[in-house]
Amino acid sequence: MLGAGSKAGLVPLHVWLPRAHPAAPSHVSALMSGVMTKVAIYAFIRIVFALVGPAAWWWGLVVLVLGGITAVLGVLYALMEDDIKTILAYSTIENIGLIFVGLGLALAFKADGMMLAAALALTAALFHAFNHMLFKSTLFFGAGAIQHATGTRDLAQLGGLIHRMKISAVPMLIAAMAIAALPPLNGFASEWLLLQAILLSPALPQFGLKLAVPAIGALVALAAAFAAACFVRLFGIAYLGKPRSQAAEAAPETDAASRSAMIGLAALCVIAGLLPGLVIDLFAPVSDNLLGVRVPTQSGLPWLTIMPVTASRSSYDPLLIALFVTISACLAFLSLRRFGSRIIRSTPAWGCGYQEFGPQAQTRLSQYTPSGFAQPIRRVFAASVFRAHDLVTIPPPGDAAPARFTSSWTDPAWATLYTPLISALDWTADRMNRLQFLTIRRYLAFVFAALVVLLVWVALWR
Amino acid sequence: MALITPLLLQLVQMALVLAIAPLLAGLVRVLKARLQRRAGPPLLQFYRDLAKLIIKDAIVATGTSWIYRAAPYVIFAASWVSASLVPSFGTNLLFSWSGDLIVIVALLGTARFCQMLAALDLGTAFGGLGASREAMFASLAEPAMLMIVFTVALIAGSSQLSVIATFMHSGAAGLRLSLGLGLVALVIVALAETGRFPVDNPATHLELTMVHEAMVLDYTGRHLALLDLAHALKLTLYMSLIACIFVPFGMAGPGAAPASLALGLLAYLGKLVLGAVLLAIFETAIAKMRVFRVPNFIGAALMLGLLGTLLLFVSATL
Repeated sequence: MLGAGSKAGLVPLHVWLPRAHPAAPSHVSALMSGVMTKVAIYAFIRIVFALVGPAAWWWGLVVLVLGGITAVLGVLYALMEDDIKTILAYSTIENIGLIFVGLGLALAFKADGMMLAAALALTAALFHAFNHMLFKSTLFFGAGAIQHATGTRDLAQLGGLIHRMKISAVPMLIAAMAIAALPPLNGFASEWLLLQAILLSPALPQFGLKLAVPAIGALVALAAAFAAACFVRLFGIAYLGKPRSQAAEAAPETDAASRSAMIGLAALCVIAGLLPGLVIDLFAPVSDNLLGVRVPTQSGLPWLTIMPVTASRSSYDPLLIALFVTISACLAFLSLRRFGSRIIRSTPAWGCGYQEFGPQAQTRLSQYTPSGFAQPIRRVFAASVFRAHDLVTIPPPGDAAPARFTSSWTDPAWATLYTPLISALDWTADRMNRLQFLTIRRYLAFVFAALVVLLVWVALWR
Repeated sequence: MALITPLLLQLVQMALVLAIAPLLAGLVRVLKARLQRRAGPPLLQFYRDLAKLIIKDAIVATGTSWIYRAAPYVIFAASWVSASLVPSFGTNLLFSWSGDLIVIVALLGTARFCQMLAALDLGTAFGGLGASREAMFASLAEPAMLMIVFTVALIAGSSQLSVIATFMHSGAAGLRLSLGLGLVALVIVALAETGRFPVDNPATHLELTMVHEAMVLDYTGRHLALLDLAHALKLTLYMSLIACIFVPFGMAGPGAAPASLALGLLAYLGKLVLGAVLLAIFETAIAKMRVFRVPNFIGAALMLGLLGTLLLFVSATL
C-alpha cells in the first residue's frame, strides 16, 4: 500500500507527483501521468488480489477511505493551481483516487465472498484506469501545444486560443468533457459503473462498510463535480474569451503530427464512451483470473446497452443517448432555420460600459482570471482544508496606489507530515555530522563498540 | 404492437414536456404576480416571447467562437432528452432503459458544462461571474442529488426511474423517514438547479445577484429562445421527478388501457399545477440569499441526503 500508493500518488504520499510530472517535456508528462501511474495500480492489484491470499474486510475500507480522500483533495488542489501542467498532474491524483475507490470496493466485496460485485468494482476501476490514460494523454499533449505556442503554462496569460489553434482545441474540448465525467463520453461510463458498484454495497455484512461506502459515494460525486468545474476553468480560460497576453494573441497552431496524435486519442475517448460494452468485455479475463467470475458479457445486448447487474436494476445506453441528443439538436436547428430568422449579426458584448476604454482595456480589466473563477470554491471548500485565504489591501482614501490582492494556501500534507519529517531528518543529520570529524582512534573505538553491540544483539536474539 | 405503444408513448412524452414547459413557467409567473397583487403577464406570454425571439435576428458578441453559437442547441437538446426520460403520465416508455436517474442527472451536467463554457467564451466579467458561481453551486448540488439517488435506489432496489415509480406506486416502500429527508433534499436541489429563490432570482438583472441570467446575458434571438425553453424544460423535469418518485399516484403502468393513460395525464397535469402553486407561494414568502450563504443551503441538502441513506441501515419501516 505504501509503495504502490506513493508511486501512484495517493494522499498523503502525493507531494512529489505535481512537481515531477510537469517538469518533464509534455509528451513525457503524458506518459508519466497516463501510463506510469498505472504500473503502480497493476502492482497493487497483483499483490493484493493475487499474492497475499484471502483479504480481511477492513483492507478494503482503508483503501476506500484513502481513495475517496485522494479524489476530492486532488481535484481541489487542481482548482487552486494556475499552471496548466500542474493542474493536470493534480487531476491525475484525483483519478488515481477514483481508481483506488473501485479497488477498495472490489477488495471489500471479495473478502465477503460477493464475487460478482467484486468483479463489477474491479472492472470499473480498470475501465477508469484505461479512460484516464486516454484523456490525460490528450490533455498533456494539448498543454504541450499551448506551451510551445505561447511559451507559458500560466492560465492567467492565456485566453482566446480557440481562434488561433482551431483544430487542436477540439480534441482538448472532448478530453476535458470526458475527464469531467459527462455523458456520453468515456469518463462518465466508468464513473457510472463505479456508482453502480457502490449501490451494491448495502448487501455487505459489515456495518462499518455499509455506512462508509455511501459516504465515499458522496466523495466520488463531489470529485466529479469539482472536476467539471476544474476543466471548465482550464478549457474556458485557456481557449475561450479574449487573449490575456501578447503571446496568446499570436499563438500558432501546433504541427500536424501533434494534432493527429491528439485527435486519435480523443476519438478513442468518444468510441470508448459510446461503446463501453466492448471495453468492459476486454477486462473480463482479468476478473476471471483474479476473482474467478466475470461481469456478464455486455457486447451482445440490444442497442449496445450496458446493464452490469440486471436489466431491472440499471442500464445505460450511451449510443442511444448521444443519438437522441444529436437528433434533438438537429431538429431544433432545422426547425429554427425553417421558421425563424437565419441572420446572425455581431456587436461587442455588454461589458458594463468598459467598452469606452477600448478593446484592450476590456480584455485586461474585466475578464475573469483563473483564480477569480476558482474563488467561490476556494472560499467555501478550501478555507479549512488548505487554510486558503484571500487578502485585499486597499490604500487609504486619497492615495492613488493600486489595491493589492493576494491569495495563499498551504498543502496540509506538507505542513503536518513532511515539514516535521524533514526537520527531524535535518536535526539527525546535523548530529551525525559531528561523527565525520573524529580522530582515527575514536573511529576504531566506534567500530569496536558497534561490533560488540551487534554480537550482543545476535546472542540475545538467538 | 409490443413495441409500438411504448414508442408512441415516448413520442407523446417528448412532445408533451416540450409543449407544457413554457406553460408551467408562465403559470408560476402569473401565480407569483397575483400573490404579490400585481396583474402579471398573461398565461401564454412565454409562448409569445418565444415566437418573437425566434423571428428576430440573432446578435452574437464579437470575438466569440463556434462554441458560443453551438451551446444553445446542445443545452436545449440535453435538457429535452433528459426531461423526456422522466416518466410523467405513464411508466411504459420505450427508451426509459437507455438511462437511469444517474444518467439523467449527468446529462443535465453536460448542459451545464456547455452553458459555463459559452459564458466564458464571451470574455466579459458577467460571463465569468455567472460561470464561477454556477460551478460552486453545482459542486454541492451534484453530490446532494447523488445522495438522493442512493436513498431512493436503495429503497426501490433500482436506479431506473420507471422501476422506482412502479415500486413507489405499489406502496411497498411504506412511510420512511429516509424518504422524507430525500424529499426535502430533492426540493432544495431542484430550487438550486432551476435557478429559483432563494438561490437565484429568475427575474433580475442586478449584477450582485445574478447567476443563470449572467451566463445568458448576451444571448439574443433564436439562441435565447432555445435557452429559455431549456430552462423551462429543466423546471418541468424537476417537478416531474419529484412527482414521479414521491407521488407516482395515477401514473399508468405497462399495458395500461387508454382510459388509464388519460387519467395518468390528468393526474400529471394536476401535480404540475399543484407544484407551481407551491413554488409560487414559496418564492413569494422567502427572500433571496446572499451568494455565500447558498452553500450552506445546498450543503444542508447534501447532509439530508447522506443522512437519508445512512438511516436506511438503522431504521425499520414505519
